[in-house]
Amino acid sequence: MKTQLKYLIPFVIFLMLIGFFLKGLNLDPREVPSPLINKPAPMFEQPLLNDTSKTFSSNSMLGQVWLLNVWASWCTACRDEHPLLMAMSQQIDVPIVGIDYKDTNPEALDVLSKLGNPYSAVATDVEGRVGIDYGVYGVPETYLIDKEGVIRYKQIGPITVAALQEKIIPMIKGLK
Amino acid sequence: MIPEIGHFSLILALVLAIAQSTFSFKGASSNQPVFMSAGLSAARGQFFFVSIAFISLGYAFYSSDFSVLYVASNSNFNLPIQYKLAAIWGGHEGSMLLWTATLSLWTMAVTIFSQHLPAQFRARLIGTMGLITVGFLIFILFSSNPFERLIPAALEGRSLNPLLQDPGMVFHPPVLYMGYVGFSVAFAFAIAALLGGELNPEWARWTRTWTTIAWIFLTVGIAFGSKWAYYELGWGGWWFWDAVENASFMPWLVGTALIHSLAVTEKRDAFKMWTVLLAIFAFSLSLLGTFLVRSGVLTSVHAFASDPTRGLFILAFLAIVIGGALILFAIRAPKVGLGGKFGVVSRESFLLANNVVMVVACGVVMLGTLYPLFLDALGMGKISVGPPYFNTVFVPVMAPAFFLMGLAIFSRWKNTELPSLISRLKWAFIISVVTAIVTPAVMGQWKPMVSLGLLMAFWIITTAMVSLYDYMVAGSGNLILRVIRLPRAYQGMILAHLGVAVFIVGVTLVGGYGLEQDLRMSPGEKVKVDQFTFQFDGVTQTAGPNYMAVRGHFTVSKSQGAPIILEPEKRSYQEDSMPMTEAAIETGLMKDLYVSLGEPLNSEAWAVRIYIKPFVQWIWFGCFMMAGGGILALFDPRYRRKNKKALG
Repeated sequence: MKTQLKYLIPFVIFLMLIGFFLKGLNLDPREVPSPLINKPAPMFEQPLLNDTSKTFSSNSMLGQVWLLNVWASWCTACRDEHPLLMAMSQQIDVPIVGIDYKDTNPEALDVLSKLGNPYSAVATDVEGRVGIDYGVYGVPETYLIDKEGVIRYKQIGPITVAALQEKIIPMIKGLK
Repeated sequence: MIPEIGHFSLILALVLAIAQSTFSFKGASSNQPVFMSAGLSAARGQFFFVSIAFISLGYAFYSSDFSVLYVASNSNFNLPIQYKLAAIWGGHEGSMLLWTATLSLWTMAVTIFSQHLPAQFRARLIGTMGLITVGFLIFILFSSNPFERLIPAALEGRSLNPLLQDPGMVFHPPVLYMGYVGFSVAFAFAIAALLGGELNPEWARWTRTWTTIAWIFLTVGIAFGSKWAYYELGWGGWWFWDAVENASFMPWLVGTALIHSLAVTEKRDAFKMWTVLLAIFAFSLSLLGTFLVRSGVLTSVHAFASDPTRGLFILAFLAIVIGGALILFAIRAPKVGLGGKFGVVSRESFLLANNVVMVVACGVVMLGTLYPLFLDALGMGKISVGPPYFNTVFVPVMAPAFFLMGLAIFSRWKNTELPSLISRLKWAFIISVVTAIVTPAVMGQWKPMVSLGLLMAFWIITTAMVSLYDYMVAGSGNLILRVIRLPRAYQGMILAHLGVAVFIVGVTLVGGYGLEQDLRMSPGEKVKVDQFTFQFDGVTQTAGPNYMAVRGHFTVSKSQGAPIILEPEKRSYQEDSMPMTEAAIETGLMKDLYVSLGEPLNSEAWAVRIYIKPFVQWIWFGCFMMAGGGILALFDPRYRRKNKKALG
């Protein structure tokens, strides 16, 4: 009987593998928790998209709860996210600041003039330096930053209606 | 209309595939020729309708029918014709159709070239392949239908991912799939044998041809993919240990073990259970690869859109096919018996060592590939496993195999005298060691890893030469005639093993002496890398059939000889997509000169990458030699002789 059982070893190992895969299907490998959560948001001062002679400083947002949305005109997922951002800008009472990531200004302005502008301000990040400070590894990404300038939440990829209703809006209410 | 014909053909193919496996198994169990031949006809019909479906999808791409969702998502009017057709497998749905079409093609081949097999065995074989086809057709029809309509039709398609618009896309996926899916035949042979309880040398001989053909395709397919990555991704690497690459490499490792193990089963009637298990593993790893790629459980540069329900389906299918096969193995294996005995130093034990090394190597790759998933599933955090792990672990695992390869070709079945082996190979060993120590010094800089790599390569080459010499002395006629008259299987082995040596030389030297420079260059600027002077002559704008490009001009000069012009490009395919890097490479036997354009730094200066890649072409040439060895072995008369006798 003992010798019979050893032939079952491959099957048992395989069953364990299947168990891991089943679990793995419900996990998202692309979702890496940001080490910046509950840490101060990196400071930046970058030229504004609509007037490059002026700059936007993240320090100017201290004392407010705000959203930082990293986007680009070349990013198709950002187009999908855009209508939701438009709706948010009208219905949620927090400023949304855009970071135009590794983009050219005319193309970015063209997108905003065609699809509407949900942002209270858009800072440009042509070289991606701010992106590096924030650990951006895919566009779009959105950060929720509190009154003390601490990152409280990070959305990787487009904001979903579910994430908005279940996480972002309740957190904003709590922070205010 | 055409897409509906395609869709309908897939449904008919599914019905026929069900008939194929039902009739075949029914016929085999009751030994009724009527059912068995019905199963055979159904298999051929199934191939016919899958082909119609595949051609229909091809036509939809050819005619840019954007009322088909899949076509609209992966093609557009401006796409050159060869990429319109390659776009058939540019996305998930079409890839699955290619998978199934390849499986059908293999099934068709099996129905044609299996007439010499015992009728019941043949029916079980075709029945098993039918079951796999049923699974994939259900998957396509219910969750990944490439013929789904888009109403109203799109005016213009979204086009094929620019990274995929490359000749590599035309060849790499079909060839790779031929290999991947080809292991299904070996799998079906194993299942048929377990069901019937007939595991004999005959079985191994039948299986061996099919396995070798699939292995040849897989070898060439992986080499194509590696070469494509080398010139397309713009940073000169040839292997990235990416999850999807590993998914194709694991079946290759086990497939390599399988062809060696089959040799033992064929010649000595030993290793039977082991061989059967390897045949099951090889195809299981192909299915596992499909699951990993298609379900999105792992991150990969081959970023495919993933969908958890699809993942769940493939997982369920995986569980049924592989789980079923392993249970069957657990039930039947104890009755198979152990086969011929052999001594500690014998060809059998060398081949067993080969098998163990290959399987361990596969396990190492699998562990590294799945480790992030394991940790994540256990809630122990998110990590990624990269090249440092694989390079550190994989090389020491493979090194003993390369050493044994040299010895193994001299070993005999049953028993080999160790002292005689040592005395015959001492000169080969001394020459290898001396050459391995001296060569790196001649190349400029002595490095221990280079020396070790070269020792492996020279050892394989010198032992092969000694073996060839032994054979040639016995032959008659001139040198070329003597080589031609050697047994084909022996020629194949020598060629494939020399291919491994050539591959090792390439890997070792490009790793040890490759140079790279990341530079900022303005027009007119010169830089000296190795003995070459690279001069940047500025950029010009050009246009391709469906892209705009910035073309950089570089003049490369050496102290003597004509200067070489290299023109890397930065291509923009659509206004809203990331630009693609097209490297310029001057290929050579001894070294490649590789230039790629990075980002523009200001109005004039560019980020430029320059690489010198010594002996990098040897990597792929070595792979093609391995495949060539496989082809030679296929022409060994003993495979044909058997078939003719059975036919006559």
